[in-house]
Amino acid sequence: MRIIATLLAAALTVIVTTTAQAFCGFYVARADTSLFNKASQVVLVRDDDRTVITMANDFEGDVKDFAVVIPVPTKIEREQINVGDRAIVQHLDAYTAPRLVEYHDPDPCMRHDRYKMSADNAFPEAAILEKSRESARSLGVVIEASYTVGEYDILILSAEDSGGLIAWLKKNEYRLPHGAEKVVDSYLKQDMRFFVAKVNIEAQSKLGYQYLRPLQVAYESNRFMLPIRLGTLNAKGKQELYVYALTRSGRVETTNYRTVKMPSDVDVPEFVQGEFAEFYRDMFSQQVVAENERAVFLEYAWDMNWCDPCAADPLSQQELRSLGVFWVGGKGASKIAPMPAQDVFVTRLHVRYDNEHFPEDLMFQETGDRQNYQGRYVIRRPWKGEASCDISDYQADVRKRQEREAQQLANLTGWSIEDIRKKIPFPDGTNGPDDEPWWKRIWS
Amino acid sequence: MKMFNRFAQTLRDPRYYQIIVLSLLLIYGITALDFGIRWQNALVIVLTALGIQFLGTHYSRLPRFDPLSPLITSLSLTLLLRTDDVMFAALAASLAIGSKFLIRFRDKHIFNPANFALVTLMLLSDHTWVSSGQWGSAAIGAFVLACLGFLVLTRARRAETTIAFIALYGAMLFARAIWLDDPLSIPLHQVQNGALLIFAFFMISDPKTTPNTAGGRILFAALVASVAYTIQFIYYQPNGPILALIISAPLVPLIDALLEGRIYRWEQPAEQKLSRIKGVF
Repeated sequence: MRIIATLLAAALTVIVTTTAQAFCGFYVARADTSLFNKASQVVLVRDDDRTVITMANDFEGDVKDFAVVIPVPTKIEREQINVGDRAIVQHLDAYTAPRLVEYHDPDPCMRHDRYKMSADNAFPEAAILEKSRESARSLGVVIEASYTVGEYDILILSAEDSGGLIAWLKKNEYRLPHGAEKVVDSYLKQDMRFFVAKVNIEAQSKLGYQYLRPLQVAYESNRFMLPIRLGTLNAKGKQELYVYALTRSGRVETTNYRTVKMPSDVDVPEFVQGEFAEFYRDMFSQQVVAENERAVFLEYAWDMNWCDPCAADPLSQQELRSLGVFWVGGKGASKIAPMPAQDVFVTRLHVRYDNEHFPEDLMFQETGDRQNYQGRYVIRRPWKGEASCDISDYQADVRKRQEREAQQLANLTGWSIEDIRKKIPFPDGTNGPDDEPWWKRIWS
Repeated sequence: MKMFNRFAQTLRDPRYYQIIVLSLLLIYGITALDFGIRWQNALVIVLTALGIQFLGTHYSRLPRFDPLSPLITSLSLTLLLRTDDVMFAALAASLAIGSKFLIRFRDKHIFNPANFALVTLMLLSDHTWVSSGQWGSAAIGAFVLACLGFLVLTRARRAETTIAFIALYGAMLFARAIWLDDPLSIPLHQVQNGALLIFAFFMISDPKTTPNTAGGRILFAALVASVAYTIQFIYYQPNGPILALIISAPLVPLIDALLEGRIYRWEQPAEQKLSRIKGVF
């Protein structure tokens, strides 16, 4: 059954969405607005030394108070910063998200196994991509190193400005998180540079966006890394970071932290469909603890040309290009041609970090591993139709399977096995396994 | 009595300890750390290495076939090399053992066999890589690794290469943190890297490819540490130590010429030790 089922097409896919997002830099607040970044989504495009980073955020608060300081591993110039399309990042999130799939047991009375796909064959709509009317060019007026791009005022700080960044922020009445000066100094000594982005209210209202669009920066550097140290400074507790790496040769992994695959292809009880987000969150937390809170987790690694099952369609050439995948499409590519092979491998990494367990920035390497991997969780629905024969053997099998699924679920999530059993419709109507030890019932 | 002596002599060859420790690490890596090492690759590496060693022994007219060194090389390769193609596993083993017989200078091979194969394949192909982060940095794990490795080295009586390398590389990491005014948790995290410790205890320590004198070995360790630091923290590339070793290895004959010493033979210290034991019994 298992073998047959895995060969079947997916019937139902449910997405865990990553909600809160923020930049990997740090926020600075004017006044006492409580600002902290709890999660970030970063798209990291890299081939050789060429890198394009897209940082998505869902900053909640008054945008006039918003400013973000972003470190970059090299010197940058004005046209290297761009404003991206949030919907594309959401699409990439949906495409790479862990997925729940469903299989239906065939009629146990039929001689040959057959399957029925769920009638509820609903893929959650990938975010509808809105066409950005915005072109990638800067709109701003240059005042030395500061200019406006999209709804942002950008200030690029040169090498001489080592103290200048801190001074500028203080002068502009931004509240710096404790310890920021030290990290900024350390980064500057390592030849990293910064830019500051703050929202230009006028430009924003003219553009009509209700949210902040992701900032993009393109640069060339031998450092394949993501600076996370500043991000921990004004965070309360642990932060979530999703890194979507788009590369050419294969899977991306961290070189200074363990990269661990999330448990996958696990059979879970039917009720998990309604609680998939809770299931995944709790399983993730369990895994984080099991790895001493020091690991980066692999959630997806796949050739961008296809998916199986698809949580969302693969990204189009246009979308990839707008995320900075500079080696696809381009001017030479025909607009009417069907989607050609894309030569893009996507790796989705998920890390929960704080200063204590992740003292160093994330350093990456691209491996030659093109093996596909996805977080995939499976619901197997027992046969519910009319039985035309004696199905007691089948029911006993189902019973065993359900108990196995319950125990797996308890192990993965830390949920109580009793609570799990209560939610499982065992064929004999009981809540416990047949082989429950006798002493369990004495005092209950 | 004779049998006991032979047994004692066998145990005194430090390579047995190395094989045991490397095997334990491999088991730990596969079971507890989920390394994703395919058993086919491991098998192919071991068989190819033994095969090439056999051929090399035959053609170089060595007195006897010695399976221990190729086994150690195979285990190191299995632990460090990652590949998606079993062909590259075979190629790695061939390059490693082949280099031992072909790239020689004054009765010593120049490159550590596993190191030579790793770097050559990493530079030539996208299909091989080293996952230096996969060991994690759990302090206890690192401590256990270090102790076990140390045991191997003190048996080999050439611990100074390892100690000098760790001390100097560590000092550079801490000096860097102090210069940057970074918290010391950063260099601590950097030295608690399993791959770094495996390198220090099982690769750079290879008595066959390090200088013949203690002074020479410390000089060599300093050289490797400096080059590794440069690669890792000035050029920001991964696998600094592994690359540094292959870059520094050709200078070993030069160091030997400057500071003359005796060539290491695996069995030599054991035999000397044994004659003393004989007297006791």
